Amino acid sequence: MSIFLNENTKVIVQGMTGSEGTKHTRRMLASGTKIVGGVTPGKGGQVVDIDGHQLPVFNTVAEAMSATSASASVVFVPPKFAKAAVIDAIDAAMPLVVVITEGIPVHDSASFYAYSLTKGKTRIVGPNCPGLISPGKSNIGIIPADITGAGPIGLVSKSGTLTYQMMYELRDIGFSTAVGIGGDPVIGTTHIDCLRAFQDDPDTKAIVMIGEIGGDAEERAAAFIAEYVTKPVVGYVAGFTAPEGKTMGHAGAIVSGSSGTAQGKKDALEAAGVKVGQTPSETARLLRAILGR
Amino acid sequence: MDLFEYQARDLFEKHDVPVLAAAIATTADEAEAAATKIGGKVVVKAQVKVGGRGKAGGVKLAENPADAREKAGAILGMDIKGHIVHTVMIAAAAPIESEYYLAILLDRSNRTFLVMASVSGGMDIEEVAHTAPEKLAKIPVSAVDGISTAKAKEIISAANFPADVADQVVSVLVKLWKVFQSEDATLVEVNPLVKTKDGKIIALDGKVTLDDNADFRQPDHEALIDQAAENPLEALAKEKGLNYVKLEGEVGIIGNGAGLVMSTLDVVAYAGEKHGGVRPANFLDIGGGASAQVMADGLSIILGDKDVKSVFVNVFGGITACDAVATGIVQALELLGSKATKPIVVRLDGNNVMEGRAILNKAAHPLVQQLDTMDGAADRAAELVAK
Repeated sequence: MSIFLNENTKVIVQGMTGSEGTKHTRRMLASGTKIVGGVTPGKGGQVVDIDGHQLPVFNTVAEAMSATSASASVVFVPPKFAKAAVIDAIDAAMPLVVVITEGIPVHDSASFYAYSLTKGKTRIVGPNCPGLISPGKSNIGIIPADITGAGPIGLVSKSGTLTYQMMYELRDIGFSTAVGIGGDPVIGTTHIDCLRAFQDDPDTKAIVMIGEIGGDAEERAAAFIAEYVTKPVVGYVAGFTAPEGKTMGHAGAIVSGSSGTAQGKKDALEAAGVKVGQTPSETARLLRAILGR
Repeated sequence: MDLFEYQARDLFEKHDVPVLAAAIATTADEAEAAATKIGGKVVVKAQVKVGGRGKAGGVKLAENPADAREKAGAILGMDIKGHIVHTVMIAAAAPIESEYYLAILLDRSNRTFLVMASVSGGMDIEEVAHTAPEKLAKIPVSAVDGISTAKAKEIISAANFPADVADQVVSVLVKLWKVFQSEDATLVEVNPLVKTKDGKIIALDGKVTLDDNADFRQPDHEALIDQAAENPLEALAKEKGLNYVKLEGEVGIIGNGAGLVMSTLDVVAYAGEKHGGVRPANFLDIGGGASAQVMADGLSIILGDKDVKSVFVNVFGGITACDAVATGIVQALELLGSKATKPIVVRLDGNNVMEGRAILNKAAHPLVQQLDTMDGAADRAAELVAK
């Protein structure tokens, strides 16, 4: 099992004809993802050959869905056009929309997130995220597929490279699903959404949760873990050395006054019974100890 | 980006939010001229991006232009919580009857916008929220619907604004929403929003934070950047399109991905505890495509930091291939030549790691040493500083 996607998930790529879109469509196809087409407004009717796969291009997500029965889309559209692309997917009632694009104005992401709630049919992952992977089954986004294979660990992280690092540290054990939820201030899928899904996924035996400075998502996740999650969770939080008031790469990674600090997040997680590692390697060791591996 | 009060005031004026006549001055002479132009009593206000300036003596009433000159002379150059005052705002003085509070902000926790409104303005609103939460109305605002006049009425009524000012405050709130939305702000705060003795509602002091991600559609915002306050290394990095933050330590850091770089800073700080309190000198994320040029730009900025004693390059090759990164390091060192003088500890892992390590081994640059793990490399980089 896995969360949010499986080996049958049919995926369309919004922005497939752009350079990033083409590059990552190629990588996703190579890792076994069922890519069934792309959407680029104005280029509908074309067929693109990507490594021998003949992929139809549609003008809208609705057209793409009715022609291909896709149930997920991945968005590689530049920030300027990302809102329109996500709204298009929501209007088509696309069940899963993974927004890779970095640099989307927060008014746009707040707006498409609010819009998705009014429609109630779409789960958004991201923006500013690496996507999600169930190794050997499906890979939606830009997470390298060859780091590790399937296994009992569920991973949820705000950071792309820390996701890769943690998958690498635990590559001999493997993952059910790894979800990069993104580093923006407003994201569609939270730590809590993933923790709930991992708790309910019979193949996930233990969970790694990676957070970073900014906001209170980790504190909320800690409260959720205390109340709902019975599977073992280990945590890692990045940004202890970040100064107040400075954005550390991710738009959402900023300590404001005394809120959003790494120490506050670590304390909240530990109070909920989560073992928190001081480094990514130590976090991996904590998980190994729990699984006896 | 946080704005100065005078910049917030100008944005308010642009969107028809009622404000007082004002001008900025960087010298006592300019302050006197501004006060003369405005006429009557004026307030001289230090322009610093930090709270508590009133208590620190950064806001003074001046009776006339000569007095404004004197007050400005005293305030300019003042150090308010580490912020030096380079500019003052000279604003018309208003006879105040009541002070209110109004703010629109991004509520990250609930992934929506939020209005906070109170008839107990003027003081620290966090204090009000803490001691008398019933006096602070918090009303969510949908990013889809925004603040219409009807929504503004609902908010103002929930916050118990007096009937005689309600219509004016509703109108101000709708205009503040225009500021918030059309300027891509994440915070628009008016504290205090005042009722003058003649019954007018005026935004007396404002705080605005703008979303840097929206710069591509906000061409006017570039002019609002406080060039003088930018760290020169940060300004240089920005010019090169690099994501760099200067810190106080000695180990220069280069990595890929914001999360991994933040983590690298922490791991260096932990390792540094064993070496007499060595700390990371900067945050630098070279992102996904680490070309030789990007690596050279990054290394040259870090080596240009006189505080840096050693450098730690920490890369996990996801999309980026380690051989490309290694080639980047070798070429960067060739480009830098004798300008590269500090030891460089490199940890590569992930995509094409063996090829990457082989490239560095073959180049055998005397400054470069490789370690296999992030923790080990952090320890070595810290140790090299302590030596």
